[in-house]
Amino acid sequence: MNAIKEAIKTVSDLWSLMVGLRVTGKYFLEPQRTVRYPWKAVSNIGTFKGHLELVGGGQKDPFKPRCISCGMCALACPSHCITVVKKKAPKPTPEEEKALAEAKANGEKTKDKAPKDPEKFVYDYSLCSLCGTCIENCPAGALSFTGNVYMAGYSRNDFLFDLVVKLRDSQAPAPAEPAAVPAETSEA
Amino acid sequence: MTHSALPDQVAGDFYTNNFAKNAQEGSLILNLGPQHPSTHGVLRVVVEMDGEYILRAEPVLGYLHRMHEKMAEVKTAAQFIPNMGRVDYGHALGWNWAFVGAVEKLAGIEVPERAEYVRVITCELNRLASHLLWWGAYLLDLGAFTPIMYAFDDREKILDILQAPTGSRLTYSYFRIGGVAKDLNEDCLSRIRAFIPWMRERLPMYKDLVSDNIILRKRIEGIGVIEPEVCRRFGATGPVIRGSGIAYDVRRSDPYSVYPKLDFEIPTSDLMDARGRYDVRIAEFEQSLRIIEQCLDMMPEGDVLVKGAPKPSWKAPKGEAYFAVEGARGKIGVYLVSDGGKNLYRTKLRAPGFCNLSLFAEVSRGTILADAVAILGSLDLIIPEIDR
Ligand code: SF4
Ligand code: SF4
Repeated sequence: MNAIKEAIKTVSDLWSLMVGLRVTGKYFLEPQRTVRYPWKAVSNIGTFKGHLELVGGGQKDPFKPRCISCGMCALACPSHCITVVKKKAPKPTPEEEKALAEAKANGEKTKDKAPKDPEKFVYDYSLCSLCGTCIENCPAGALSFTGNVYMAGYSRNDFLFDLVVKLRDSQAPAPAEPAAVPAETSEA
Repeated sequence: MTHSALPDQVAGDFYTNNFAKNAQEGSLILNLGPQHPSTHGVLRVVVEMDGEYILRAEPVLGYLHRMHEKMAEVKTAAQFIPNMGRVDYGHALGWNWAFVGAVEKLAGIEVPERAEYVRVITCELNRLASHLLWWGAYLLDLGAFTPIMYAFDDREKILDILQAPTGSRLTYSYFRIGGVAKDLNEDCLSRIRAFIPWMRERLPMYKDLVSDNIILRKRIEGIGVIEPEVCRRFGATGPVIRGSGIAYDVRRSDPYSVYPKLDFEIPTSDLMDARGRYDVRIAEFEQSLRIIEQCLDMMPEGDVLVKGAPKPSWKAPKGEAYFAVEGARGKIGVYLVSDGGKNLYRTKLRAPGFCNLSLFAEVSRGTILADAVAILGSLDLIIPEIDR
């Protein structure tokens, strides 16, 4: 009796292997699930959050950042990867000075002429944790993530960008190299 | 060659030497790891062997220590969230939740109803992804290569879904104090809806392919038996304690969010061995799918982030709070102390894997080395979480 039980058990054990093989065989005949990468790309890159970029559209120019150099993003960033350098006010020309003085004399309100967009927007991608805190805290909506999944570089400096330059260069049809800035300027 | 025959300079580091002090005559001290394919990361286990049998084992930790708790002291509460995605890459959203939940408890912030549902849905999807990762990797440890391909096929679908709201595929930083960063849009919801029947169809296939397979059964049945009492003593949680027959799950034992409104079961197994833990995790697939399905139906419209949610400059009020959630590996707890300053005064992270791993020394005694690997895998360890 025991021998029969043993035999049945052995057969059912072996059968479990056959069942497994059947599954493998079934999937072997199905179409490929993986994507053969260099020839084909995956379809979901759109939702990927890559490195930061400045949103254009400042002063109606799509290649000028909307950023107002307030520095909120740099303050909010947990990883200290952003440094915003404000533009200095340009020296007013004599005519402008005259106009300004006249306006003042007439009691009109004078506007600060200092441009708001940043001189430099240094961003160190190698430190960024892609958390989005900067984007959520930008009052001007001037930051966004790119869908760039193909970022690769040979050195650390390849991931150090001046986003203003990057935005400006994006109007050129084929940007040659990522705009790298020397490491010294990135010190926060 | 025994350890005592080695000259001093090659006799090993502090841990090995300390461990070797109590070694028996004629035994062999062996280092499993820190870089070993079956330890998934850099876990090191020093074992004392008598032939193929393990006399003693001792895990050595700290190779992936990244000072998360210290980092919490130099960042504001809102700035610490990205760290939580990196404690446990397998179930990042569980950690996200534990931390934001603790801050919300401390500050008395109410989370919008929809955000709670979004949290449950994404957290359960993440749990599925984590279990799939474990399933594939565990079988890989046991020498079966194909299953991980099937597991990753499904896991990829989950990651694609989660990528839409979170933007990342692994180290999510998606929850915010007072809600979540982004709502699930219609497209995302419909993909989740389509995923549930897909996954349900795959489960019998998993059973046929692996769970019933005689080779697997011979490998994991009856090894690594952990008595419920031992589980309690070591503070084991998650599928490890449920695999020993105790229905302890934070979602039911200490309910949070909308879990009390949801209908699901806590799978347990009385086998107490590696098979029991395996069965529990497999059964949890179905339960997670059930939870997601109900949430999709019950989810109200509305905001996903409370008005005036804390900004990075926000200061937590003075006090302390503890909040625990059920992660894929067990109870994730975050304990906060705030002195009302800019940063939190102290953040203590309770990693379930830490307690689960400490069981290993206990249960591996007397087993053969190959079984020890099967036991280690059945505990579902994610080393970054253990070291924190
Ligand atoms: S995404 Fe996060 S880490 Fe990266 S720059 Fe913005 S705030 Fe800093
Ligand atoms: S990107 Fe936004 S937050 Fe940062 S400086 Fe510019 S305007 Fe301010």
